[in-house]
Formats: sequence, structure tokens, C-alpha cells
Amino acid sequence: MSIAPAEISQVVEQVDPDRPWITMVWNDPVNLMSYVTYVFMTYFEYDKTHAESLMMDVHEKGRAVVSNGTREEMERDVAAMHGYGLWATLQKDD
Amino acid sequence: MSTGFTLESNGRIILRLDEVERMMLLSLCDQIVTLVTPQDRDPDADPLFALVGIEPSVERPEDDVMLRLFPDAYSDDEHAASDFRRFTERDLRQTKTTHAQTVQETLQRSGEKVVLGLAVAPSWLGFLNDVRLALGARMGIDDDFHDAAVELAEDDPLLAMLDVYDWLTYLQESLVQIMLA
Repeated sequence: MSIAPAEISQVVEQVDPDRPWITMVWNDPVNLMSYVTYVFMTYFEYDKTHAESLMMDVHEKGRAVVSNGTREEMERDVAAMHGYGLWATLQKDD
Repeated sequence: MSTGFTLESNGRIILRLDEVERMMLLSLCDQIVTLVTPQDRDPDADPLFALVGIEPSVERPEDDVMLRLFPDAYSDDEHAASDFRRFTERDLRQTKTTHAQTVQETLQRSGEKVVLGLAVAPSWLGFLNDVRLALGARMGIDDDFHDAAVELAEDDPLLAMLDVYDWLTYLQESLVQIMLA
């Protein structure tokens, strides 16, 4: 993924270390439950139990927090999720 | 339609297709490539932007299909979402193009028996998912769509599209199951 270094440093400076950012995956009617599990296992290297539990949260609650970290890290995760075709956003953790 | 992907005892992944199905997949590859290939809209654009993967400006797509393939990364911050597009959309377009071209290459050197190496399986999964996202957005699929489809007239073109969509779903599910095993 390509992010201009100048932008990254600006962004990182604004992050309060006590309020990390999160990546959220949202439910949608197209993505298969099995595929979502596969993506969580492949990209995040979560074990099957954890990946399935996150997938079920997406499916039943409409969304799940799948990772957290700096804003830069979450932008990387969201870009990767979009690469897999999952509907993902990032936001500051409240 | 075909039986979906199967795993042979020697570890090879096999898909048997008839000619109609093969042509259908090839046509869908073409359509995805046309839809997502990075475009150099401005012939005078600085080639350095392309080199580093940044678009000088990227507009939020208005079309449902494009918006689903290239969603907003921030739901509540238009400016940040727009910046994110500038820095990532070219790479995302390239990822999707590569998936479709990989599938195309596999199909072009295959007859009715398609043999997949493990290395290209993720591209097949990504491609099948992209096509399903595009068709799903075009048809306006939601959780009740299949129930409502029984009301459609027999010659409604939506039914033909739904058939293709269901077939792709079946293909993708059979391949995911192999990858998860």
C-alpha cells in the first residue's frame, strides 16, 4: 500500500496513545460467512475459533472490531480488507 | 451446472467446466478488468503519481457497483475518506485487475478441466468475490432477495443474472471450503 510518509507522520502525531484506532468490518448480504472467516484467518492470522467468532459478530450484530492499533496500521488493515472485498472502515476507539 | 472445485488426493484443485461456463467466466474476467483497471484520465498527468501509486485526485464513485468495490474507509469523515482514496485506490484497482487477469490466464490454458495451483487460488477467490459484489450491487441484493425473486417473471433478465450469481456463489463456497480445510 502506498501512503506518503509526510502524511503518515502528521497523522501519527495526532493519535492519543490511550485512544487507539480500530478497524471495523460490516455485514453485507454478499460476502459468504466461510469467506469472511477465511479472510480473518489469512490476513490477521487468527485461529479458526477466533476468526469464526468475529465472523459471527459481523453476521449477527452487523459489525465487529477486527483489529486495533495506530491510525496508520488501521489504514493498512482497511485497505487489505477492501482488497479482499470486505466492507471495512476505521475510526478512533470510543 | 458444474460440480464446483474439488480437491484431488495429490493436492491439486480441480474445476470442471463446460464451454458455456468457461466462456461465461472469461467474459466476466473481461468485464471486471474493464471496470477496475486503473485509468489515466488525464494524458498530461504526472507519471510520478502513477509510479508511487497515488492519484492526484480521486472522486467518490456515485455508481453502486463501484462504491461497493471501492468503499469509503471512513464513515464519518469525508475528508479523510477522500485522502484514503487518493493514496490507496490505484493499488486496490491493481489488486482486483491482477485477480481477474490471473483467472483469465488459468482459463486460457485450460480446457474443460481447470487445474488450480495453490498459488493462484487466492486470486480466484478474490475474483469470484469481486464479481459477486458487482452483480449483487447491480441487482440490489439483500437478505430477502431470493424470496422476492420467485415473484419475478420467467423472462425477467434479473433471473438470468441471479442464476449466474448463485452459480458463482456455489463456486466460491466450494473453493473456500478447500482453502479452509
